[in-house]
Amino acid sequence: MLDLVTDRPSAAAQALARTGPLISARGLCKSYDRRRMILDGVDLEIAAGERVALIGSNGSGKSTLLKSLIGLHPISSGTLQCFGDPVDARGSRKQRLAMRRQTGFVFQKHCLVRRRTVLSNVIHGLFGDAGSWRAFSHALAPPDWRDRAMQALAEVDLADKALERADALSGGQQQRVAIARALVRRPRLLIADEPAASLDPVSGRNVMELFTQLCRDHGITLLYTSHDMAHAVDYADRIVALKGGKVLFDRPAAQVTRGDLKDTFDG
Amino acid sequence: MADRRLEAPGRFTGFSPLNFALLVALGAVVLASMGKVAPSPQQLVDGVPGMVNLVGRMLPPNTEPAFLARIGLRILETFQIALVGAAIGILLSLPIAWCAARGVSPLGRGNVVVKAFISFLRTVPDLVWALIFVASIGLGAVAGTMTIVVDTIGFCGRFFAEAMEDAEKEPQEALSAIGAGRGSILVGAILPDIMPSLINSSLFALEKAVRSSVVLGLVGAGGIGQELKVAFDLFQYRNASMIILAIFAIVLLMELCTDKLRARIQ
Repeated sequence: MLDLVTDRPSAAAQALARTGPLISARGLCKSYDRRRMILDGVDLEIAAGERVALIGSNGSGKSTLLKSLIGLHPISSGTLQCFGDPVDARGSRKQRLAMRRQTGFVFQKHCLVRRRTVLSNVIHGLFGDAGSWRAFSHALAPPDWRDRAMQALAEVDLADKALERADALSGGQQQRVAIARALVRRPRLLIADEPAASLDPVSGRNVMELFTQLCRDHGITLLYTSHDMAHAVDYADRIVALKGGKVLFDRPAAQVTRGDLKDTFDG
Repeated sequence: MADRRLEAPGRFTGFSPLNFALLVALGAVVLASMGKVAPSPQQLVDGVPGMVNLVGRMLPPNTEPAFLARIGLRILETFQIALVGAAIGILLSLPIAWCAARGVSPLGRGNVVVKAFISFLRTVPDLVWALIFVASIGLGAVAGTMTIVVDTIGFCGRFFAEAMEDAEKEPQEALSAIGAGRGSILVGAILPDIMPSLINSSLFALEKAVRSSVVLGLVGAGGIGQELKVAFDLFQYRNASMIILAIFAIVLLMELCTDKLRARIQ
């Protein structure tokens, strides 16, 4: 799995041919009011082990696409498969939940339960597993869940903050807790919606490095959005640009030019 | 010539003729009702000697040890009715409020039925519930406890549901995104977020239960109210004044305790 990540597009293409895409979206459309299309015929395939950055200006449909991919926002039309199962109208709620349990999601604003401890927030990542009511609090969680959560916290270098309340941490630390929560179940896919947007440049870069390192170490496929072009170019194998709900370009990060970026963000 | 754009706007621009007519009509209804049911100054003056006479017969309050021991037991029973009734009511309110809360309920749009049920429980006064339970279960403390349970569900059900609706949405979405079901989202994200509000409402419910339980005895549903009714029925006004003082003490004590707990939660 490690090879898939370190070898760039050719390896990803081989993985795609061998196992089929992890995510496959065809003609994806989404509208909240049936008048304006937020996503307008998006085609996207992501192979296991790839790191894909989704870029675009505000309102281009990046966040909607991420949330649609895991069925949080039901799509209006098109077909969508994750891990080989349909997530569109053909799929059942059970299939959507099963898919989400193999996915980690990190939001821009970390979305922690602020009144609970850091450890409890990380254990929340195990909600959806058998007996998941015990994820309510670290005090009720089985010993192996607590161990996994502590290991995840150690990976983001916050093991010493385990019993502090989530809202007592800095923004960067809270985002690292959110990463630990997303990774505690060792998901096959990690989706992050502008994970560094609410952080200062240094913390943002640290968070992005942590992300990509952990995904590389554990063979996790990564899909993230970013407004920061350096984050997109430096940490992704592939960049997909959205403009007005359509895919403007989809090519390896190394081949993206200044002109491409100008086209993406102009007008 | 002065610039019209700089002129101050009219004073009553948001007050339409219809609003004015409605306000006048409301004032007329209040005045007409006062003519029917409000005490006249003459009636107030005539009532003073009777009130002075009654207060005189109430003093001093009865402090005989045997009587104090009897009302002590009744006070204890009253407190037990309030405590047990409020505790059961608060516990039952949680799942009921979950089913009633918009956007959170596992019943989807069926939440309005549960909301209507909670409104019904709240609309019927506690003394009417007490009459119903006395008629169905019989005289005594159990009828009182059942009344407090129902009254607490009506009170807490509404406030718990509103708190659940207002809970922070982002952590709920985060848990939903990683495959958590509705129950997991409730215990993982909603309940921790609204815990101060739940505790606050529960303490108010307990206070309300204590105040309600002291009067439930008037209709035979147990507690100190029963002693008060007997005292007035038998013209034992010194006993009545002692019971009123005891009720004041228990309600005051409860309010002091709940105020302290609320302050700690804040």
